Amino acid sequence: MKNNHSEAKSRTLIELRSISKSFDGEQILCNIDLDIHDKEFVTLLGPSGCGKTTTLRIIGGFETPDEGDVFFDGARINDVPPYRRALNTVFQKYALFPHLNVYDNVAFGLRVQKVKEDEIRERVREMLEMTGLRGFENRKSATLSGGQQQRVAIARALINKPRVLLLDEPLGALDLKLRKDMQNELKRIQSATGITFIYVTHDQEEALSMSDTVVVMADGKIQQIGTPTDIYNEPVNAFVADFIGESNILDGSMLADCKARFAGHTFDCVDGGFAKNEPVDIVIRPEDVDVVSVEKGMLAGTVSGVTFKGDYYEIIVDVGGFKWMIETSDFVAPDAKIGLYIEPDAIHVMKKSEYSGKFGDYSTFSDEMDYLSDPDAEVEEE
Amino acid sequence: MKLLSRSYMWIVFALLYAPILVLVIFSFNDGGSLSSFTGISFRWYVELFHDSVALQSLKNSLFLALSSSAIATVIATFAALGLDRMRNRYVKGTIMGATNIPMMNPDIVTGVSMMLLFVALGGILGLSDLLGRWTMLIAHVTFTLPYVLLSVLPRFQQFDSTLREAAMDLGCTPTASFFKVELPAIIPGIVSGFVMGFTLSLDDFVISHFVSSPDFQTLPLYIYNQTAHNVKYSMYALCALIIVTILVLLLAVNFAGSIGRGKRRREVTK
Repeated sequence: MKNNHSEAKSRTLIELRSISKSFDGEQILCNIDLDIHDKEFVTLLGPSGCGKTTTLRIIGGFETPDEGDVFFDGARINDVPPYRRALNTVFQKYALFPHLNVYDNVAFGLRVQKVKEDEIRERVREMLEMTGLRGFENRKSATLSGGQQQRVAIARALINKPRVLLLDEPLGALDLKLRKDMQNELKRIQSATGITFIYVTHDQEEALSMSDTVVVMADGKIQQIGTPTDIYNEPVNAFVADFIGESNILDGSMLADCKARFAGHTFDCVDGGFAKNEPVDIVIRPEDVDVVSVEKGMLAGTVSGVTFKGDYYEIIVDVGGFKWMIETSDFVAPDAKIGLYIEPDAIHVMKKSEYSGKFGDYSTFSDEMDYLSDPDAEVEEE
Repeated sequence: MKLLSRSYMWIVFALLYAPILVLVIFSFNDGGSLSSFTGISFRWYVELFHDSVALQSLKNSLFLALSSSAIATVIATFAALGLDRMRNRYVKGTIMGATNIPMMNPDIVTGVSMMLLFVALGGILGLSDLLGRWTMLIAHVTFTLPYVLLSVLPRFQQFDSTLREAAMDLGCTPTASFFKVELPAIIPGIVSGFVMGFTLSLDDFVISHFVSSPDFQTLPLYIYNQTAHNVKYSMYALCALIIVTILVLLLAVNFAGSIGRGKRRREVTK
């Protein structure tokens, strides 16, 4: 992340300006603006149908935007076909050429460029070395495992020394263990080559652990752009707060700067700049709530569920009908009365947005889910 | 019960292949009779290869089968490419339907209608006799075309279009990506379509009967003329040879897939 901050100041490689795109009358992208910097690892993150893959395909040249411009290194490239763009793609299902073996797949791009066979042999060897595919030269892609095919796809793209590598959910088809390994490997390759990576995923954990910059998308719009820590600690709206990690999102109001009222209690916080009594959304992460005795707590509630998660317990606490999710290392008995203590800097205040009220508490853990997830129910409690 | 079910298969095979077997065996019969086998000889084969009319019609047949299936394959491949890329489902359905009509149509109807067309065309052009080599070629291309198309089109439809994008991503123009990536996947369909067209053309009698002329005879027409009145035994030899040829081609079709793929790999590697 430190890396990102210094790079971000340097140069912009790809610019998207007011990009809109519809398919069959359905708006997929709506006025997207995005700067991607040289050597940056950028992740487009969002649920399926949010437009992240379409954004990637527009950068790759496989789709043309209905409106707006795409700039690459300062030049407008809207009408430049994919084969004239200095970028390569790792496709979602790898798209290896089934009639070619691993060697020929990797050598494909260089042969198109009419590079001399001697040089091709050398560079393919290097590439296979880097991706751990030595000895697989003569294998057909159909005989490789998912992880190996993935590596071939990466080698095939990287051998062309692109300025930018586009990766469309490249790890989606792999099992968990392999996915973790490949995440590390991709990160290593990215820092070793210094190539700009634009990575599409719906896996928020993957996005947070790999990226310099995360672009959170929903409903064809960019919700937030920032470093993984920014996105996690300072989500701009209820959607981002809910999508990235676990969060308790409460309805509240700002009494004054650094004074927030929610859950029937007034809290000290560190956010300001809101109008007096402005309605806001409050985000509190499960790990930021301390479990204390009822007397010491700012809020008091009843434990309605305890789940053992290995290194911590995930407990659901009913505070006046609102179900909080709390992560704690100490065991708490179900049905116990406990107090909750929240530090001022654990409270994150967000402006109201179109997503307010769509994400609430953890009542999905309760049988009375339908009743409790009704946003009006909370208001009554206050 | 088990015996019955097992013998059933053999009865079916016997009914299918016994006539062919009889023909092949008797093509080696020295006596030249169907009632008694008097010894093995190649005399009918020798006679066949001294029959200049038979050899000429063999040449005609081969010329016709090769050229008509080659032309039909080229047209069908482009047609399949176009149909595959076509967005409008209704236009596509209509074209497919129109293409399939010659396949459903009884051969005799196709034959008669083609003859009428060519005769009428000859009248318009002021040529007394248009029928012959070229009308045969046109007719054969026409009736083999839908079969070749049916063999090629599924290959296009099964082709994973992200491979095309991958090729373009790696620097191929759309044309280059067609030849480097799409064609290798299509080739087996093209080869089997070509062979199918070849065999269909080779053994067609009904349509050929209407659109040919005495100076351009194919083997089926020749055999028919020879056997219509009294049997000529060299025709057995000829039929036996045709059977062997067809058999070889059928085997080739079955192996076409793997052969096609192997060939492409070597070309791209070069």
